Amino acid sequence: MFEEFDDKTPIYLQLVDIFKVSIANGTWPIGGRVDTVRDLAIRYQVNPNTVQRSLSELERENLVFSERTSGRYITKDEGVVREIRANLAARKISDYAEQMSLLGFGSEEILAMTGRYLSEGNIGG
Amino acid sequence: MSMIMIENLNKSFGTKEVLKDMNLSLEPGQIVGLVGPNGSGKTTLLKILAGLTSDYTGTVRIGGKPLGVETKAMVSYLPEKTYLSDWMRCVDAIDCFNDFYSDFDRNKAMEMLVQLRLDPKQRIKTMSKGMQEKLQLTLVMGRQARVYLLDEPIGGVDPATRSVILDAVLKQYSEDSLMVFATHLIADVERIFDRVIFLGFGEIKLHEEVDKIREKYGKSVDEVFREVFSCLVSL
Repeated sequence: MFEEFDDKTPIYLQLVDIFKVSIANGTWPIGGRVDTVRDLAIRYQVNPNTVQRSLSELERENLVFSERTSGRYITKDEGVVREIRANLAARKISDYAEQMSLLGFGSEEILAMTGRYLSEGNIGG
Repeated sequence: MSMIMIENLNKSFGTKEVLKDMNLSLEPGQIVGLVGPNGSGKTTLLKILAGLTSDYTGTVRIGGKPLGVETKAMVSYLPEKTYLSDWMRCVDAIDCFNDFYSDFDRNKAMEMLVQLRLDPKQRIKTMSKGMQEKLQLTLVMGRQARVYLLDEPIGGVDPATRSVILDAVLKQYSEDSLMVFATHLIADVERIFDRVIFLGFGEIKLHEEVDKIREKYGKSVDEVFREVFSCLVSL
């Protein structure tokens, strides 16, 4: 996997977002073990200290926790995971709504167009 | 303690000053990008650190020791040009390093050959430039050194190979060692650096953490580099 990073924001913050998505969608399962810093650094081809910094940030937000001897784990608290998922979704929706409104569409139109798009089966599942 | 400590380093070729009163201190546990346009002094600096050039003035220490036999044993250096004898096969080159360096890990090097899709039996004479570079990197990274000095390790390789090389660098990363990675292709590799040092006309123009640069300027290191050096070149 070769993740593209944008040029404007620090890489560690972009990694935090990528990791949060992994937690939200269950790629990193609740209570599961977080891969080692080295493995994550290699997978995303980034500096190991940057990965370390991102994981510390997730720890600060109580999304992962450290066991002294056995490594890092994803939170067991489903509420925290639900919240992070809702927050990420809210951000995406707000970005989307803003871009549509920049194109000159009103709320009704955005809703109708989005409904049509979804009813045409454009999203799997 | 600093892994690399440089104080008032000056180096000239004849009347041309290549490094001008340089001061630099680097801690272990980092991957440092040494970036700068052609002729900025990157290779000269690495050669001095590798103990291959001695007619400089100033103080240079590696692991607290003045440059000499002891520091050479700590440093694994990837030169810009390959120096392997072309009659050798990959495996001969590996055995040669294994005999020569006590910190060489033969198994690891053989593993890396496989990852880089090199045939141990192939003769260097019949290898492409990219393959030779990969072999050279295998030899350099096969050592358990304290300091790795890599001069343009991704200079002549395709994007897929570049990715494999970055993997190899990240696999070799350890908290006890320091990697200095000289390159002018910043965009491709800035994500693996802790910090970058911009070198221009023998002077350090900027020395900062990658994420600090992005935070401060809202731009990638590559973009900041272009800005810093486009005004230098136009001077």
